[in-house]
Formats: sequence, C-alpha cells, structure tokens
Amino acid sequence: MADAGLTYGYFPGCSQKGSAREYEMSLLKVAGKLGIDLKEIDDWSCCGATSAHATNHRLANALAMRNMLLAEQQGLETLVAPCAACFNRLITTKAECRNHPESKKDVEELLSASVSNTTSILNVIDLFDKASNGLIGSGRVRDMKGLKAACYYGCLLVRPPELIDTDDSEQPDSMERIVKATGADVVEWNYRTECCGAAHSISRRDIVVDLSKRIIDDALMHGANVIIVACPMCHTNLDMRQRVMRRMYPSHKEIPVLYLTELIGLSLGFTESELGIDLHYIRFNMPNEIMNQTAQA
Amino acid sequence: MKIGVFICHCGENISRTVDCPRVAETCEKIPGVEFSIDYKYMCSDPGQKLIKDAVEIHKLDAIVVGSCSPNMHERTFRSAAVAAGINPFLVEIANLREHCSWVHEDVESATQKAIELVRMAVEKVKRDKPLSKIKVPVTKRVLVIGGGIAGIQAALDVANAGYDVVLVEKEPSIGGHMSQLSETFPTLDCSQCILTPRMVEVNQHPRIKLLTYSEVEKIEGFIGNFKATIRKKARHINEDICSGCGQCVSKCPIKKKAFSSFEEGLAYRPAVYIPFPQAVPNIPVIDESVCTYYRNGKCGMCVKACDRQAIDFDQKDTMMVADVGAVIVATGYKLYSIGKQPLGSKYKGYGEYGYGKYKDVIDGLQFERIASASGPTSGEIKRPSDGKEPKKIVFIQCVGSRDPAKGISYCSKICCMYTAKQAMLFRHKVHDGEAYVFYMDIRAGGKMYEEFVRRAIEEDHVNYIRGRVSRIYEENGKYIVKGEDTIAGVPVNIDADMVVLASAMIPHDNAPGLAQKVGIPYDKYGFYNESHPKLKPVESTTAGVFLAGACNAPRDIPESVAMASAAASKAIILFSSDSLEREPVVARVNEDLCAGCFYCRKVCPFGAVEVRDIKDMNGVVYKEVAYINQGVCQGCGTCTATCLSKSIELAGFNNEEIFAEIAAL
Amino acid sequence: MDNKEKHIENGWEPKIVAFVCNWCTYAGADLAGTSRLKYPANMKIIRVMCSGAVDPVFILKAFERGADGVLVSGCHPNDCHYNAGNFHARRRWDLFHALLDFAGIEKERLQFSWISASEGKKFADVVTKITNDIKMIGPFKGYQEMNRQFTTEFPEQEKEKLVQQCTEAEAVNG
Repeated sequence: MADAGLTYGYFPGCSQKGSAREYEMSLLKVAGKLGIDLKEIDDWSCCGATSAHATNHRLANALAMRNMLLAEQQGLETLVAPCAACFNRLITTKAECRNHPESKKDVEELLSASVSNTTSILNVIDLFDKASNGLIGSGRVRDMKGLKAACYYGCLLVRPPELIDTDDSEQPDSMERIVKATGADVVEWNYRTECCGAAHSISRRDIVVDLSKRIIDDALMHGANVIIVACPMCHTNLDMRQRVMRRMYPSHKEIPVLYLTELIGLSLGFTESELGIDLHYIRFNMPNEIMNQTAQA
Repeated sequence: MKIGVFICHCGENISRTVDCPRVAETCEKIPGVEFSIDYKYMCSDPGQKLIKDAVEIHKLDAIVVGSCSPNMHERTFRSAAVAAGINPFLVEIANLREHCSWVHEDVESATQKAIELVRMAVEKVKRDKPLSKIKVPVTKRVLVIGGGIAGIQAALDVANAGYDVVLVEKEPSIGGHMSQLSETFPTLDCSQCILTPRMVEVNQHPRIKLLTYSEVEKIEGFIGNFKATIRKKARHINEDICSGCGQCVSKCPIKKKAFSSFEEGLAYRPAVYIPFPQAVPNIPVIDESVCTYYRNGKCGMCVKACDRQAIDFDQKDTMMVADVGAVIVATGYKLYSIGKQPLGSKYKGYGEYGYGKYKDVIDGLQFERIASASGPTSGEIKRPSDGKEPKKIVFIQCVGSRDPAKGISYCSKICCMYTAKQAMLFRHKVHDGEAYVFYMDIRAGGKMYEEFVRRAIEEDHVNYIRGRVSRIYEENGKYIVKGEDTIAGVPVNIDADMVVLASAMIPHDNAPGLAQKVGIPYDKYGFYNESHPKLKPVESTTAGVFLAGACNAPRDIPESVAMASAAASKAIILFSSDSLEREPVVARVNEDLCAGCFYCRKVCPFGAVEVRDIKDMNGVVYKEVAYINQGVCQGCGTCTATCLSKSIELAGFNNEEIFAEIAAL
Repeated sequence: MDNKEKHIENGWEPKIVAFVCNWCTYAGADLAGTSRLKYPANMKIIRVMCSGAVDPVFILKAFERGADGVLVSGCHPNDCHYNAGNFHARRRWDLFHALLDFAGIEKERLQFSWISASEGKKFADVVTKITNDIKMIGPFKGYQEMNRQFTTEFPEQEKEKLVQQCTEAEAVNG
C-alpha cells in the first residue's frame, strides 16, 4: 500500500492528540524514517465515532465526510486514519454515500459542498503491510527476536467484513505479517478479534475490565510477552485497565501493550522515549537479547 | 386463395355475447373469403365434418375458425384440415371465447370485436405458407457426465432399456460422494454395500462404455445429434493389461507426500494408487506431481513390482469423440470451503470456526470417513489430531447454507438429516459420548425423516441446541464452542473434543465451465438450471440435455436416483423413434439479404445461429451470413426483431403476416 | 370542456393493440376468460411466440394503422419460455419508449407489462388501465398524419432529395 516518497493525508482524530499521544509520536517517527510523508489535514474535526454514530446518523456521516472532503480539497488522495474507530467511521460513511445517493445528497447539503467521495482510506496496517516487505526489513537496525507478540485487532480494525477486502475479518493475519518483519515472533491465540469493551469504557467499567482481562489472560496463556495493538481504545483498555485488574484480581499477571508503530519504531532503532513507550502504564522491558544486540550495534 | 370461415357458438358460450350468425355473414364479405358459416359446436364430429365438406365443396385453400383459444382446439382443427387435405399451418384460430365472449358483456361491442378478430385471422391466413414438421435424425446413444450415484443410475436405466451409454467420470473411479459415506439416513444401511453392486454392474454392462479419469472437452451439435469430445487423462497404467493386483501400490516408496482425496485429506496415499478398495475400475493411477520418476527419472519400483508390464510412464492424454443423441449431466457437488476465505472466492468462509487451523474441526464428509468401516480409523471414532476417542462432539448445522452474509442463501437440504445420522452414529459407537447439535431449524421433510431426527433426540439423547455458533477456539486441548441457545436465551460455551461442520453443498468449481461446453444455463451459484421448476425438473433448457442429482440443486440420494431415472426415461423417450419431429416454427435467414452483422447470434438464447460462408463460382468466400440450425432453434423470434436488414423470418409468424394482422385492425 | 372529454362524449372508443407472448400473457388472457373477468373490448391481441420477437416496427405500424395505444406483454423476468427473450424485449422497449417520448408521443400510449399465465386478474386490470389511460389522452392521429404528409406532400423526387441530404450530412459528420 505505502510507497516511500508519496504524500499521504493524515487524519489524527481526537485520541492521537490526547490519550494516544505516543501512537502519533511513534507513527510520525516511523513514517519519517521510512520516507512516508504524512501531511496532517488542516482544520480536521471529530470523525463521529463517539456518540454521534449511535445518536445522530446524519451528523455522524457529515462529520466523517467533512474530513474526507478536507483531504480532497487539500489535494490529498489518500487519508491515513491510525485510529481504528476513525478508520471504521470513514470507510462506513464512504460506502454509504457510494451505495445510497440520497445519503450522499444529504451529507452534501449538510456540508454545503459537493463531494467526489474518492478519497481512499488506509489504516496503519494497510499503510505498513506492503512496506513490511521491504522498507521495514531494510531499515531495520534491531531484530526484535525474543518478543512473543500477540497481535490484537479488536472489533473495528478489520470490520465490517463487507467493506474489508484486504484481510479476513474473522482470522486476520496482516498485522502478524508486519510484526514478523520486525523479527518478533507471533503467537497463535484466540482473542484476536474479540471485544475489549471499549463501547462501555466509561459507563460500565466492570464489564470492560472483565472483557479486557480475558483477552490479556488468553494472550499470556499462549505464551505472549507483549500485546500489539493498532487502536487507541484497545490500548487504553488493555494497558490502563491492568491496574484495576490487579486490584480486582490479585493474581493478575501484567503484560505490556505496544502500538504496532512503536514496535516498528523499536526495530528501526528509535529509543523507547522517542516513541513514547515510557508513557504506558505497564512498563515495557526490552528482552535482553535485543538489548545486547543494540549494545553491539 | 379461397378461405373458409367457421364461427363456433360453443353451445352458448360464445353466442351469448357474440352474434355469431352476424359475424359469419359479415366475414363472408371480406375479400378472399369464399365461404362462411356458423355452427353450434365446431369442435364436435359433425362440426369437423362440416369443415371437411366445405373444403371439398368450395375448394378451400385455408381456413379460419372463430372459436375458443388455440391452446384448446388448435390441434383439433389442424387435424380436421389435414383430413380435408389442407396444410395444418394454413389454419388460423380467432379466439372468440376466452378473449371476447367471456370477458365482455355488451353484445354490440363484443360482436364488433369478434368480427375484427376474424378479419385479422383472415388477413394472416392469406399470407400463411404451408409448413411441414421438421424431421431430425437421432443417434441412439447417451452421454452421461459424472459417475456418482445419479450418473450410475441414469447409465444403468438407459443401458437396460437397450441403448448405448458413454459414462464419463473425471476421477479414477466411479462412485462419487456416495462411496465415501458411512451409513445412509434414514435406514442406516451401509452406503458401500448398496452402491458397490451398482458400480460393478456399470463396469460389466455390455452397453455401457465407462471412461474414468476422463473429462468432457467440448460438445457440439444439437438434440439427437451431439458430438462429444472427451479427454482421457493419462493414467500411466495400461488399462488393458493391468489386473488390479495392487502390487505397484504396495511397493511405491512415496508414502506420505499426497493426501487421499477419497479420505478427505485424513490419510495419505502413495504416488501410484487406487482411490479405494472397491474402486471401479480397479486400476491404479500414477500421480505425476509426487512420483519420483517424473522428478528425476529414477525409482521405477512399481515397474519392477508389476509382473504384467502394465506401467507406462510415457502414456499421454488421448482424445476421443462420441456421437450421442442425448446428454445427461450428473456432475454432483462439493462442500463449501469453510476455512479462511480463499482469495478471490465469492464466499466469505468461516475463519471464526478455525477449519483448516484446528485439526479436529472437520467437515461432514470427513466425519463420514472417520465413521466408515473402510475409513482411515476403520470406523472407530478418533480425532484426527491425536487419534484419541472424542467424548464430546459438537455438530454445527448450516455452515455456509442459509447465511447470505457468507455468500449462500439457499438451504443445503441434506445437512439436518446427515447431522442427525452422524450424531447418532457417534452415540452408537461411543456410549459415554455426548453429542451436541447447533441448528437453525430442523428440516426433515421426507419419508421417515422426521421420525429419524426424533429418534436421534429421544432415543440416542443427542442434545439439540437452537442457535448459532459465533466462534471456536482451542484452549488446553479442548475446543471451546461459543454459541447461543436462542430458546433458553442464554449464551452457551461447550468444551468439545471435536467439532463437525455441516457445510453447504455447492457446485464444483468448474461447473460453469462445463455448462458453457454443454450449452446449458446455470444460476449465480453455478447450479444448472432446469427448464421448468415444476413441470420440467430434469430437462435443461437445451433440448436433449437432461439433469440429474446435485448438479441442479442440493439433493439427497433418493432424489438424485429419482432424477436420474427420470432423466434416463426422457432420453429413452427421445429414442423411441428414428427421427425427431418438431413444430416447424423456426427462424430462417434470407441469405441474399443478410449483411452478416451477427447481432442475431448475440441475442439467440440457444446458440442456434451459425456462420455460413457464401462462395462465388470459383469457390472463394465472398461473404459470411447467419445460418440458423433448424434442430437447435426453438422459434422464439428474438432474432427476427433484432435483425437490422430484416433478413430473418420466423415461420408462421413472419413480418408480412403480422403486418397483415395489424392492417386488419 | 377540453378535447379529451369531447372525444369521450362523442362516443369515441380507442383502438388498442396488444403484442403478447404465446406462453405467458396469451395464456394469462385465456385465464382471464375462463375466470369470466370483465374488461373493455377495445384491445385486440396479436400473438407472437415471445415478447423478444416484438419488433419496434410492429408498434410503429400499429400506430400508423390507427392504433391509439399499444401494449407489449410477456413473461416475467426469468420465466421466459426461451430463457432470455423477454430481457431483450425489455431492453429494446426501454430505448424505444424513451424515443417515443422524445418524439413527443405520449408515453402512456405504449405500455409494457409482465403478465404470467396465472395472472388472469392482472391481465384484465392492465387492459382496463390502458384503455382508461388512452381514453384520457384521446385519439392519436399524429403518426398517421405524419405518415400521410410524408407520402402525399413529398413527391418521390423530394423524398429522394431528402434522403440525399441526410446521407451527405452523415458523411460530413462522421
């Protein structure tokens, strides 16, 4: 998907500027190193993911389309949306406007502009899937061997199935391909696309803690020593909630949770603080083999 | 031309609202009408005699009958005309009953309309040309494509009726899926035991030419006169010499390179193999893709083992041509690919069930092999992963079927039954085992079918759970089946030792390819279309091509057999005379006018339009024109409306005739 | 009072021609009869084997010969006795209908309908509807008029000249 030297529109979404600051830090670092030019679209707004899509369908469509329209107006054919919820909202709105002219008309009226609806939308996996074949490999200064990664897709990244043609929604493997390119091992586990409870993150913390714990436990049971995610909500739930888990379940075993971009960043030689890994709740300790390797380099 | 007009009262059915004598009187004045009369029952014997006498007395050339619908009595009046010496196609019917007297109340307007209808018919009959039925010779031999139970039944029925059969099977042995089954529902009799005698009968029948490991390359021609080209794939064994002793098979050093497709991938087979012990013919095949000889020219263990020198590494595919009069397509089905979505497939797959990833998540046919006495476990229920006896099996119905989100909306029909059977077999063989079935609905329509399912539930204590399964994953050597019991309204988690998926029946991948070769239409899934869903269930829309079994839609064994016998009898009916007679309503090209644009070829639903070269005196081709094969044309006339130069005429309905009708309005 | 109502008051009855396929609509019309349904007597049926065989020229001829309305009817999609004839009919009809509209001929004068052999009621309803529609629009003289003008007011040489001009224009354009 991604080619060095091309300019992509970058739609951060709210979390990249707040709770998932390290996601943005690492994404921009990695993209810069790999020669992928990410241009933040000017004047971007909410994608409509939080409450809009459940409470006001038209507003949700208009919000998502507004950002795609900005990309279009700013001459950016492709828009990278690192947040899985943003990605999902954008592709869903795009498909709805493509399949239902009346929705498109409605959105155009709300935005007072005509929309060509041709912006292509990429998530982080799409962006790096192709790059992983060559770019990450050649730019790699650390072999991440020793990491046993459980790749967690969550509920949004490869869904809805009718709009995702790059991967299987139930048994995805595109993130694994990228992770393997960094040298890390991937583990086979069962909760790759299960719900972490993000929808109830604020209203029903008890549900969220239980759902997230099941995911973490399954990853541990299958021998993982790190969970890799590509979604700010997944990260919040899996990383931050582990403190609550420890309080509620004293036997809870912790496991660090990294963004995919952080893992790539590590393999490209960035330090943990450059990538914002030190901002996580659960500390990530680089395995010794990787540390030694760095010392030699 | 002298035309006679005969107006029928149909008792009072017509005369109640149509003034029949007035119609007859008025029509006598139409130019060309020599004689006109009305009568109470024109279709009765005296009525027909009236027509006959009038023809003789008035020397009539054509007749118009104003009566009931041609669908009722056109045939009657045509026969009457023939008896009077008039060509049957110089008879026109004006529909005065269904289209006039019965639907109108006002006598004046009905009578007026009746007069106009008769006038239209008179104008048409003036331009009608005498036609005679078309005779097409018949080759009394049937090509049966597919050697499963449907193909076997069809071949035996045709052969036993005394006609020759060419039976083509793409696999090395006939038998199809039925030979893989353990027991059959609802009687639980052994599938092999009832099938094998039929297979042997096919092989020994003097009228059946059996071509296994062969595929149909192309079919040309039309009803009664097909020419089929068949590719006989190289077995690398000389069939005439081989005695089927199996020495080569046991000596082959390649033991674990190729999976047996007969065992559904649950066992290996050597490079030279006989698919299963009861195979017909009992002759091995060498699989070039794994045989050492084809890689480095060495080995030859089989050659040494064979005391008849039947091994022939250099054997090539051969082509043969068969002239046949009818084709029976019985190519069967395959199972839905239930694993991860194969790229480019129109179906979504069931990644969430982990088929292909977990060894003990298997499909229905694999379970049949495990339960079969001749299977890889000799009929003991054992898990493929570790060979242990599973104590808890979950059966999931409708995997693929009735799930439009995954690409298939139809019901596969047999899964409810075979799942009940498999759960029952498991309970019979593993007495302390638990069987669970997830179902959407139970569809057990069929003789003794519902009783069979009840038996599974009530006597064999199979646990039926109404609901779908959302995910299967492995945990500590168990398969966690997460589903929902929609009757109790609770989520269900079952830790199973093995899971059996009743996956949908779908047509073979190459079904559309074969359909194009044979020239029959298929639906969006690739199932072959029948000509009429109720009244012509075994005829394809191409004359002379019949369908049997699961290539048409999901079918169980009794239905496939019934269809096969029906298809066979259709072929036999075709052979009951030496030539076929058919209505002469076919299109014909005026070669002088035809400009050779071949638009007609694009619109013809039957592929009846061929290219004919027109040569000058020196034999040089100076133009190409359309030619309509009279045996293939069904007479719809779409080509006539499409033709730009108006050079095609549909006999009996040509433009001149229709214009005359319009002009008579 | 406008013209249309005048026509109806004068006792004018429209002439309607139906081109129907032998397998579905003709049989549907038969069923209307056997069911003793009632409909106006204005329509006369011309039977063809398939709706796919209905040439637009038939329709023009009908108008030329004084028809005020034309109905084309065949089997429902996917029910065609010949698999696909009715699809060709539909395509042809779509274009031709648009063309009539473009030429200023009221769309309602040419109607199209799928009527199966079991839809006797539908047949009766369609006939009633098209008859009422045509009664509302009034008689159709336009095509006859045009045809008459073309044949009487254009002498043979004029016609040839016209054809010549058209051919030249074509040559220039294309």
